[in-house]
Amino acid sequence: MTKQVKQLDRVIIRFAGDSGDGMQLTGDRFTQESAAFGNDLSTLPNFPAEIRAPQGTLPGVSSFQVHFADHDILTPGDSPDVLVAMNPAALRANLGDLRHGATVIVDTADFTSRNLTKAGYTQNPLDDGSLDEYAVHPVDLTGMTVEAVKEFGLTRKDASRAKNMFALGLLSWLYGRPTESTISFLERRFAKVPDIRDANVTAFKMGWNFGETTETFAVTYEIKPAPMSVGTYRNITGNLALSYGLVASGVQSGLPVFLGSYPITPASDILHELSKHKSFGITTFQAEDEIAGIGAAIGASFAGSLGVTTTSGPGIALKSEAIGLAVMTELPLLVVDVQRGGPSTGLPTKTEQADLLQAMFGRNGESPVPIVAPRSPGDCFDAALEAARIAITYRTPVMLLSDGMLANGSEPWRIPELSEIPTIDPAFATADGLGDDGFQPYQRDAETLARPWAVPGTAGLEHRIGGLEKGDGHGNISYDPANHDFMVRTRQAKVDRIAESLPPTQVDDPSGEAKVVVLGWGSTYGPIGAGCRRVRNAGGNVAQVHLRHLNPFPKDLGEILARYDKVLVPEMNLGQLSMLVRAKYLVDAVGYNQVRGLPLKAAELAEVIGKLVAEAEGDAR
Amino acid sequence: MSTTELGLPGLRTGTEGVPTTEDTQTGKDFTSDQEVRWCPGCGDYAVLKAVQGFLPDLGLRRENIVFVSGIGCSSRFPYYLDTFGMHSIHGRAPSIATGIATAREDLSVWVVTGDGDALSIGGNHLIHALRRNVNMTVLLFNNRIYGLTKGQYSPTSEPGKITKSTPMGSLDHPFNPVSLALGAEGTFVARTIDSDRKHLTSVLAAAAAHRGTSFVEIYQNCPIFNDGAFDAIKDRDTKEDAIIPLRHGEPIRFGVGGTKGLVRDTVTGGVRVADVGSGEGEVGEDALLVHDAHAEDPTTAFAISRLTDAGYLHQAPIGIFRQVERGTYDDQARAQVTTARGGVDGDDSSRLDALLHGGDTWTIA
Repeated sequence: MTKQVKQLDRVIIRFAGDSGDGMQLTGDRFTQESAAFGNDLSTLPNFPAEIRAPQGTLPGVSSFQVHFADHDILTPGDSPDVLVAMNPAALRANLGDLRHGATVIVDTADFTSRNLTKAGYTQNPLDDGSLDEYAVHPVDLTGMTVEAVKEFGLTRKDASRAKNMFALGLLSWLYGRPTESTISFLERRFAKVPDIRDANVTAFKMGWNFGETTETFAVTYEIKPAPMSVGTYRNITGNLALSYGLVASGVQSGLPVFLGSYPITPASDILHELSKHKSFGITTFQAEDEIAGIGAAIGASFAGSLGVTTTSGPGIALKSEAIGLAVMTELPLLVVDVQRGGPSTGLPTKTEQADLLQAMFGRNGESPVPIVAPRSPGDCFDAALEAARIAITYRTPVMLLSDGMLANGSEPWRIPELSEIPTIDPAFATADGLGDDGFQPYQRDAETLARPWAVPGTAGLEHRIGGLEKGDGHGNISYDPANHDFMVRTRQAKVDRIAESLPPTQVDDPSGEAKVVVLGWGSTYGPIGAGCRRVRNAGGNVAQVHLRHLNPFPKDLGEILARYDKVLVPEMNLGQLSMLVRAKYLVDAVGYNQVRGLPLKAAELAEVIGKLVAEAEGDAR
Repeated sequence: MSTTELGLPGLRTGTEGVPTTEDTQTGKDFTSDQEVRWCPGCGDYAVLKAVQGFLPDLGLRRENIVFVSGIGCSSRFPYYLDTFGMHSIHGRAPSIATGIATAREDLSVWVVTGDGDALSIGGNHLIHALRRNVNMTVLLFNNRIYGLTKGQYSPTSEPGKITKSTPMGSLDHPFNPVSLALGAEGTFVARTIDSDRKHLTSVLAAAAAHRGTSFVEIYQNCPIFNDGAFDAIKDRDTKEDAIIPLRHGEPIRFGVGGTKGLVRDTVTGGVRVADVGSGEGEVGEDALLVHDAHAEDPTTAFAISRLTDAGYLHQAPIGIFRQVERGTYDDQARAQVTTARGGVDGDDSSRLDALLHGGDTWTIA
C-alpha cells in the first residue's frame, strides 16, 4: 500500500501508561532514535513517586514526552500532538493537555469496564463521541503483541509486557525513525534472557510492520534533521551530564573526587553514575543519612579530595549546619541540590526551583555560599565544572542548583573536546617560605581572598580548624569582637570577589530596541527562550538574560537591568529571584510564577511577555 | 544483586600505611601553643596528658595524625594537640573522620567525643562507623552529664538524676556505651578510666594497633556538674570491689583478695558475679569465666558489659571487651578504586574523552 508522506517541522509525542508499562523506556528509545536521526529534541519524563501505584488508576500513570524538530527547539513542548495511551487512566490523565485535533493512539485491550471504572469513566470514551475532536486510532496493541510473540512460549502476562515495544515500533514507523539502535539496545539489555529478548525485538518489528500494512494509518510523517553546529553529539540527561561534569572536575583538577551521599529523588542517579567510575579515582560513600554524606565529603576535602555531596531540597535542610561548617573552615565542597517540589517531602518526582532562597540564606549567621545553576540538561556538565572551579579556587562550599526537569529531561549535547574543558589548579599549600609565625591557615590570597588549602601529611602545616570563629591569619579560636566583625565581612567579601572572575553577562536582545528584559535562571531557560521567540516572531522586541551565577550576581547585572523599562522574572516558585534582584538593585521586577511541579509553558510565557512588551511600548508612545 | 568477594588484604595493624619517623618524639612535640581551657580538676586534663604522652610511642609522623571532634567540653581536645585537627559540629565527628580515613590511607585518624556528642545528637553516626569498621579510634569521654551547656542530664546519666532540666528527676533510661558499641558490630570495644594513666595508655596502644573502628569509653569526671560520678571505682577503699578487670586469657576475678569472679549464669545463659571460695553458694577458681576478647561471637562480651550499673556506678567491667579482625570499610573502598583503576588502559584524560563519547553518538560534519 502506498502511504502519503507529510512533512512536519516538529512533533510532540507523549507516551503514557501504567507505571509498570515501561513508558519511560519507550520514550527514551524513541528519543535515542530521534537523536540518531539528527532532530533537535527535548524530553520531559513525568512519573509518580510510588514505584507501582495501584494498576490502572490515575495516580499510577507514568508518561514520557518528547519534542523533536527540524530546527533548534528549547522545550519539551506545551501540548502534545500525539498521545499514546496504554490504558483508560493514561487517556484520562493526559487528554486535557493535548492540542485540538491531536492524534490519540489507544491500546483497546485495557478498555474493559473494570479498567474504565478504575479510571473514573462511566462509559467508554472510545464509543461515546467524547473524543470526536481528536483523531483517535483504537488499536489492540496487547492482543497483537501476544499474537506476535506466541512462538516464544511466554505466559500471556510476560508476552503482553512487550506491548510497549509494539507501540514503539508503530510510532517509529509513523515518524520514519531509524530502528537499528533500539534493536541492538534490546539485544544487549535482554542478552541473558533470550525469550524475552526475542519477544521484545519481534514485538518492536511487528509494531513497525503493522503500521506499514494497516489502513488505520494512511499518512506517515517526515521531520528532517535539524541543522546543528559541527561536532559530535549524544543525547544526555541532566543527571548524567552533571555526573560527567563531576568526573571531569576530578580529572581537570587532578583531585580524587569523593562523593558522600544519601539516596533521594531526583538526585540518586548521580550517586549511581559516579559509583560506576571508580577507575577515575572516584570514591562514592552511601552514608547513613544526609548529614553523614556531607560530613564525610567535608572530611575528604580536608584530606585533599574534591568533596561532593548530592541531594534534593529536604537533604539540604538536613545538611545546613554542615554547610555552615564548610563556610567557616573555608574548605572546597560541592553541594548539589536537584530541586523538587516542596516544602517538606512535597512532590518528590516533580520539578520546582524553590530552593534558591534556601541555598542563599538557609543557614545560621552570615554564611555566604556561591550558587551556580545549569540552564539545560547538557549544561549541567559545564555548570558542575564551574561550581568546582569556584569551590577549589575560593576554598568554599558551592551550591549547584539543578532540578527535576533538568535531571530527567534530555537533549542533544555537543560533546566538548578535551581542550575546551577548563583545568583547575588546587594549589595546595606547601611549607616553603614559612615565616617566623609558622603556618598561618587563615592568611589570604590578595586576589581571591582564599585561604591556603593545607592537607594532612604536609610537614610544618599542622593546624586546627573548626566551627568556632577563627582569628584572622593564625586561625586560632578568637572571641574578639573586632576580629569577628572583620572575619564575617571577609567571608562575604571573598564570595563577592568571585564576580571578578565572571565573564560579561550575555544579553540576548536581537533588535537592540527592547524595553522589556526577561530575567531567568535554571531550567526555565528553554520555556523563556521559546516564549521570547514567539513574541519576536509576532513583531515584539524583548531581551532575555539567563543567570548562571545566582551568588554572587555578575558585576554588570545591575547596569543591564537598569537599561530596560520592565524586568520580567518567570520562576517555578513564588518569586525568589525577584526578591533577590529587587533587594540588590531596587528594580521593579515583575514576577511570573507557577508552582505546578511542571515546566513553565512557552505559550503562557509568550502571552505574559507579549502583554508586558505591548504595555512598555505603549508607554513609550 | 550478587555479593562480590572483596579479596581482603591480609591482617594489618591500625597504623600500617601511615608514614613513620626515626626522630625521637616527646609529648611536647604533640602539644600545641594553645592554652588549655577546661575547668580546674577536669578529667579531660588527665586524658590529654596521657594522649600527649602516648602519641610519641606510635612513632608516626606528626603531620599524618588527624584528630576530629564534635561539640562539647571534650571536643576542644584537637586544639591542644600539634597535629592536624578539626573541631567540627555536634555529633558529626565520626562522619567527617570516615571521609578523612577513606580518602587517605596514610593518616592516623582519631575521634574525640563525649556522651552527649556521640550517643545523643551523633548516635546515628557512631553506630554506623562501628558497623562499617572504618579505621579510626574513637575516644568517648563519658562524664554522664552535659558540661558545656551547664549541667543537663546526658544519655548516660542515671535514671532519676536531678539536673537543671530534670528538677523532678530524669525519666530517661541510659545507654551503656559498651553494650551499644557491641550491638553496633564494633570490632574493638574497650573501657578505661581517666585517672588510671597506665591502663588508659595500654588501652590506647591496643586501640591504635587495631585496624578498624576502635571504640574506647573513658570514664571521665566532671568536677563541676557531676563530681564523684566514678568515686566508687576510683576510691582506694571501694575500687577493688567495683572494677571488674578484663584481661584476655585470664579468669575474670576481682574484689579485695580476689573473692569475686564472673561465671556463666546457667539460668539466663548470661554472666553473673559469684563469690569465689569453697563455701556454700561459692564457686571454685576453675569455674571462673576466662576472658576471651577475640571470640567471634560478641554474646559473652555483651553479657559482661551488662554488669555495668545503669544507676550510680558501683560496679563496672574495665578493659578490652572485644577485639576481632574484620575488613575495614576504608581499606575495601580503596581496594575497589585500585581494582577499577588497574582494569583500565590509558590516562585519565583520554578515558574522560572516551567516557563523554560513550553511548549512541552522531557527528555533524
